[in-house]
Amino acid sequence: MIANHILSIAIWSPIFFGVLILILNNRLSTRKINYVALFGSLVSFIVTIPIYKNFNTALSTFQFQEFHHWIIPFNINYHLGVDGFSVPLILLTSFMTVLVVLISYQSGIFKKAGYYSAFLIMSGLMIGVFCSLDAILYYIFWEAMLIPMFLIIGIWGGSNRIYATIKFFLYTVLGSLLMLIAFLYLYFKSGTFSIIDYYYLPISLEVQIFIFLAFFMAFAVKIPMWPLHTWLPDAHVQAPTGGSVILAAIMLKLGGYSFIRFAMPIAPDASLFLKPFMISLSLIAIVYIAFVALIQKDMKKLIAYSSISHMGFVTLGLFLMSPLAVEGAYIQMISHGFISAAMFICVGILYDQTHSREIKNYGGVINKMPIFTAFAVFFAMANAGLPGTSGFVGEFMVILGAMKENFWIAFIAATTLILGAAYSLWLIKRVFYGDIGNAKVGNLSDIKSKDFIVLGTLASLILFVGVYPKIISDITNSSVLQFIELISFSKAAIL
Amino acid sequence: MLNILTVIPLSPLIAACFVGLFGKKLPKYFSYLVPIFGVTIAFILSGYALYLTLYGFKLNETVYTWLTSGGYTFEIGFLVDTLSAVMMVIVTFISLMVHIYTINYMKDDKGFSRFFSYISLFTFAMLMLVMSNNFLQLFFGWEAVGLVSYLLIGFWYKKPRAIHANLKAFLVNRVGDFGLILGVALIMFWFGTLDYEEVFNRLPALLSQHVILFNTSISLITLIGFCLFIGAMGKSAQVPLHVWLPDSMEGPTPISALIHAATMVTAGIFLVARMSPLFEQSDVLLSVVIVIGAITAISMGILGVIQNDIKKIIAYSTLSQLGYMTVALGVSAYSVAIFHLLTHAFFKALLFLGAGSVIIGMHHDQDITQMGGLKKYMPITAFTFLIGSLSLIGTPFFSGFYSKETIIEAVNLSTVWGANFAYYALLIGVFFTAFYSFRLYFLVFCGEEKWHKVKRKKNDHGLRNKQYPHESSKIITLPLIILAVPSVLIGLVLIEPLVYGSFFDGNIFVDHENHTNISLLASHFHGVWSMATHSLFTLPLWMMVGGIFLAWLLFIKKVKIDFKFLSPINNILKNNYGFDDFNEKFIANGILKFGNFLSTKVDIKIIDHTLVNGAGRLVSYFSTKLRLIQSGYIYHYAFFMIIGLFLLITFFVST
Repeated sequence: MIANHILSIAIWSPIFFGVLILILNNRLSTRKINYVALFGSLVSFIVTIPIYKNFNTALSTFQFQEFHHWIIPFNINYHLGVDGFSVPLILLTSFMTVLVVLISYQSGIFKKAGYYSAFLIMSGLMIGVFCSLDAILYYIFWEAMLIPMFLIIGIWGGSNRIYATIKFFLYTVLGSLLMLIAFLYLYFKSGTFSIIDYYYLPISLEVQIFIFLAFFMAFAVKIPMWPLHTWLPDAHVQAPTGGSVILAAIMLKLGGYSFIRFAMPIAPDASLFLKPFMISLSLIAIVYIAFVALIQKDMKKLIAYSSISHMGFVTLGLFLMSPLAVEGAYIQMISHGFISAAMFICVGILYDQTHSREIKNYGGVINKMPIFTAFAVFFAMANAGLPGTSGFVGEFMVILGAMKENFWIAFIAATTLILGAAYSLWLIKRVFYGDIGNAKVGNLSDIKSKDFIVLGTLASLILFVGVYPKIISDITNSSVLQFIELISFSKAAIL
Repeated sequence: MLNILTVIPLSPLIAACFVGLFGKKLPKYFSYLVPIFGVTIAFILSGYALYLTLYGFKLNETVYTWLTSGGYTFEIGFLVDTLSAVMMVIVTFISLMVHIYTINYMKDDKGFSRFFSYISLFTFAMLMLVMSNNFLQLFFGWEAVGLVSYLLIGFWYKKPRAIHANLKAFLVNRVGDFGLILGVALIMFWFGTLDYEEVFNRLPALLSQHVILFNTSISLITLIGFCLFIGAMGKSAQVPLHVWLPDSMEGPTPISALIHAATMVTAGIFLVARMSPLFEQSDVLLSVVIVIGAITAISMGILGVIQNDIKKIIAYSTLSQLGYMTVALGVSAYSVAIFHLLTHAFFKALLFLGAGSVIIGMHHDQDITQMGGLKKYMPITAFTFLIGSLSLIGTPFFSGFYSKETIIEAVNLSTVWGANFAYYALLIGVFFTAFYSFRLYFLVFCGEEKWHKVKRKKNDHGLRNKQYPHESSKIITLPLIILAVPSVLIGLVLIEPLVYGSFFDGNIFVDHENHTNISLLASHFHGVWSMATHSLFTLPLWMMVGGIFLAWLLFIKKVKIDFKFLSPINNILKNNYGFDDFNEKFIANGILKFGNFLSTKVDIKIIDHTLVNGAGRLVSYFSTKLRLIQSGYIYHYAFFMIIGLFLLITFFVST
């Protein structure tokens, strides 16, 4: 019984706890709400572990499928299932939610119950996105998960939060609507909302291009790809730490995941046709955004731009369309989940004590927070793609894959080695090294055990994936090969 | 056997982690005893590995599979042959000496245990680099030593110059790594593997392969070799990627000896030697190597002459000597390059550690023009320093003589384009080496005692009134004495097996048909004794004597020579040929300006203000009619969106 609903449990248990917290809100003290939230997130994480444990890596088909009729006249179904691309992201989502609850524990957030429940509900909805095999189900999860995020930024955000939320809202909704139109077209063409059926639906190249561009608007905004990226730095700057963590670690990945799940296998000929265009945008993101990151004065903005630059490797890898590059792109997604989360948490820890994100208001933090600095330097190095950390694996593989395509693509992509190190380590130099910069820095105190556990866990994971990335590639390997097969199959030709 | 070899890099790693995590909580002696224990194990086992390789042992095995994807397998594994075994012994031995020396040198530093943790970590990374059997692990070690170098240059993180230098070092190294990773990617694509031996096996099939770049056809092997060499230039500080090494002297002196003289900076030399089967295939490539090496050897040697900081002089000397090794690689004398790497590791570590001893004696004043007469107060340091200097400048019978003399001879016999230029560059380099070495020695250890005449402010480093220099403690002089022995003897003992014997056979490849200089060199060699006596009739020795003589004339005899006519040159030299100015004013500033332009003009002005907000204004124009439902609450919008979706579905249901 339970084994057949393993995915539903993963989706609905965080939502259940989220709602529970809202109900309990007035009856329990904040302290007890903390415990309930932590318990709920831990349970929600634990129930996702069997998905990883029981996943058969040899199969490239969708596993743990659940199928219930929902809106029968339209053939809309509650259809869930996971492949190698979904599993690591599901675990990442449920795991990050635990961390977000942990880091929000002591910080002075008002309306804590609402805050926690937003994160828990969002976690369930995002897992829903990763599990859906029905386009409408997917679409509902996709849109619904934005609501908690709007609330998180709009209620618990910084001073300019309304502008950031509206910008975020406009961008994402505009893209999503086009995606919905694409789904409707596919439905009228095939009579089904089943994503798997779409993979084998013959479509002419012209139509494929329209479908692809409709998907592109939705997914490229999420990743975000240049030039649809300007909402992200604003959203990050205004979001509370937890919001930034989930935004960077999971939400951006939804874009990359959806390219893998929809845009590319449904419109393979268009993907091939638009490959140069997509690669160009990715390369612009990698280099251009790195330059922009370099001159940022706000720590969160700098990390946000660094995220965009790193996500450029994801789209680059995907559209190089070779197994090595796709695998690299995928590992880059997971790795970026850890590293960007860690860096945003670091900024959050500083912000909680000084209420400033401006780089120039810091200097010499190491004198007061040596342990914290050790973590920050490690994460910055991981961000700069140091071998032995997870940040290296994806970039390395994508660069190898790029060389197969063209020397100059690899050349441009590899500049991240220099630029990534430049903005990461220059940030470290200005914030952490040197003599104590001002009185506020002088009053800092080093991290306590709770933050130590959070950062230590992330650091261990970053190190582990860097030393043994096979742990991820074992899960994804068959799905990557299946994906390559799907996208190298011309649908226009069989018409 | 693999298990035993795995212990070699792991024991310093475990020690580093232990000290890094618990060092501050445990009694102080744990901080140095544990790392020394770890490095000693590594040293003993490395010695054992070297002993085995002498009898033909060779191991090439996988430790674990790092990743598999799309039919490619990436593995972590060890290749232990004579070449890597020699490197392992050098690394662990120098590391052990530096560990011991550090106990005293850093004894009053707050970061005592942190320092030991770093140098043990460095030993691990360097061992991973030299023991690797594939490019992936090489790249790991390559960057990991760069990381530790970064951490150690910035060890005194309050010093603005130190944290500037470590950032610079990391970034310049990253420029080199940029080339290296492109080379690795090319190899992956064309050879389909990153395993050294597999690459060498598949090499013959790809010799005539060409790739098109800039609309011209370039030999694949040349391109790969060039990319790898850019990596080597970064790590081994060859012009124009040398700029980080002089600045790296901001770090504590023991690491200058370990990382920035004896081991890490020679990684580039090791890489090219390891890749000898590839480099041998392209004379164009070898010419590039020769020219870069020769320019480094001569130009950096000259800069050594005008420095007044004791560590900077030795740093420029290191740059110059790395140039010598690079030239040796270029003329196919790979084994000679490794031989010079070996002798240099000993005498240069000795000189740096000696300099550290002087710096302690002078209470952290590093200006040699304010020293003098230290021989009387620091006899052991002075004596060992003299031995190191004599070895460096190539005095017959000393280690440095055999390696340097052989390099110059190999260059002289080489017919590859550029070797002619390199020959003269290296010859003149010998003169400058001798001159700056003895300028240093005379100014520090001989002559007038200038240190008590210097007027110092309150916070300046240095000796105060009625303070006298003193010999350093035994923990510091012991490594000096131990290092002095190989600085004298190792060349004499090892030249025959290492360079002319069959020691590196099968691990270093030389194309004897095209590069006849190596066989010619062997035919000219008639034993260590005759090599030393024969040198009396060769140019290098007299260049060296000339250098010492000039130093003696100027700094002992104090002959006044008017150097005004050299002042324009002096200005160029003082600015390090303008490399730093160019990098900072042109490159760094240019990058920041470009970033600013992209951020303010393109991102904010064009994309945000014109496109995004313009679209927003357009929307708001149309929405004035819909003002009633525009409550401004974002969740209202979201709510309407969901309602809309369900309406849409209902609409389809009802039709």
